[in-house]
Amino acid sequence: MTLALLLIAFLLLGAAVAAMLSRNLIHSALLLVGAWAGIAAFYLWAGAEFVAFAQVLVYVGAVSMVVLFAVLLTRQGATAAPVEFDSVKRMIGGLITAGGVAGVLLGAILGTPMDVTAAPPPAAISVRQLGAQLMGPHAAALLIVGVILTVALLGAIVIAAVDKPEDPAP
Amino acid sequence: MSLLQLCLVLSSLLFCVGLAGALSRSNTILVLLGIELMLNAANLNFIAFWRYGPHPAAGTGVIFVLFAIAVAAAEAAVGLALVIAVHRHRKSVRLQDANTLKG
Repeated sequence: MTLALLLIAFLLLGAAVAAMLSRNLIHSALLLVGAWAGIAAFYLWAGAEFVAFAQVLVYVGAVSMVVLFAVLLTRQGATAAPVEFDSVKRMIGGLITAGGVAGVLLGAILGTPMDVTAAPPPAAISVRQLGAQLMGPHAAALLIVGVILTVALLGAIVIAAVDKPEDPAP
Repeated sequence: MSLLQLCLVLSSLLFCVGLAGALSRSNTILVLLGIELMLNAANLNFIAFWRYGPHPAAGTGVIFVLFAIAVAAAEAAVGLALVIAVHRHRKSVRLQDANTLKG
């Protein structure tokens, strides 16, 4: 159990760090797909199968395609130009900030006595229960999410669409 | 160290990797991907607390993560559309080049 979690964590963090350090945008997009798949593996490990499959469908399937489209559409020149770390000051600032946040978070987590029993009961929530909850108490939120997705995707199309040049006068 | 703490450590490390990427890279797409990583780290926390919390049968954490994934997908679509729009006007995806609100 713990060994599986450590393995997932190692692969996940390795893929994420490599993606953030990579100088090739396509490599980092593909490494991030690996990191998202690792997150899906974590959900499977934790017993949330439906969320794991949602993660695979949404991130590994859809968001990764959108990211790759964006990378290819915004590529300058014929080859995949390497992406430089062009500001050393910015990089050092980012690393110091992230390290500080990591220190604070890890200190807080490791210093807090977590009140959990050693072996929690197997918490399997079936898809039927999940669906009943989504359509019952959370039906309003489900509808709002549908509206948000529709509006956001229409807005994305409008933002990214090419402005049509005016027709020349006949 | 309990398993819950291990999960929390994993998610905070993932959050910090995303934060470092979002703050230190200057490519807009990579910044957006760093933000996505941070969002995913938050989802890991929900699942961990659902699994090891006092009421795992309620399923609240799972439902919250489902909604968070839906909103994150919308956010990624709009963000990448903005990247493409900025690239069309500026011919660049560096954040430092998109420093004015005038088109």
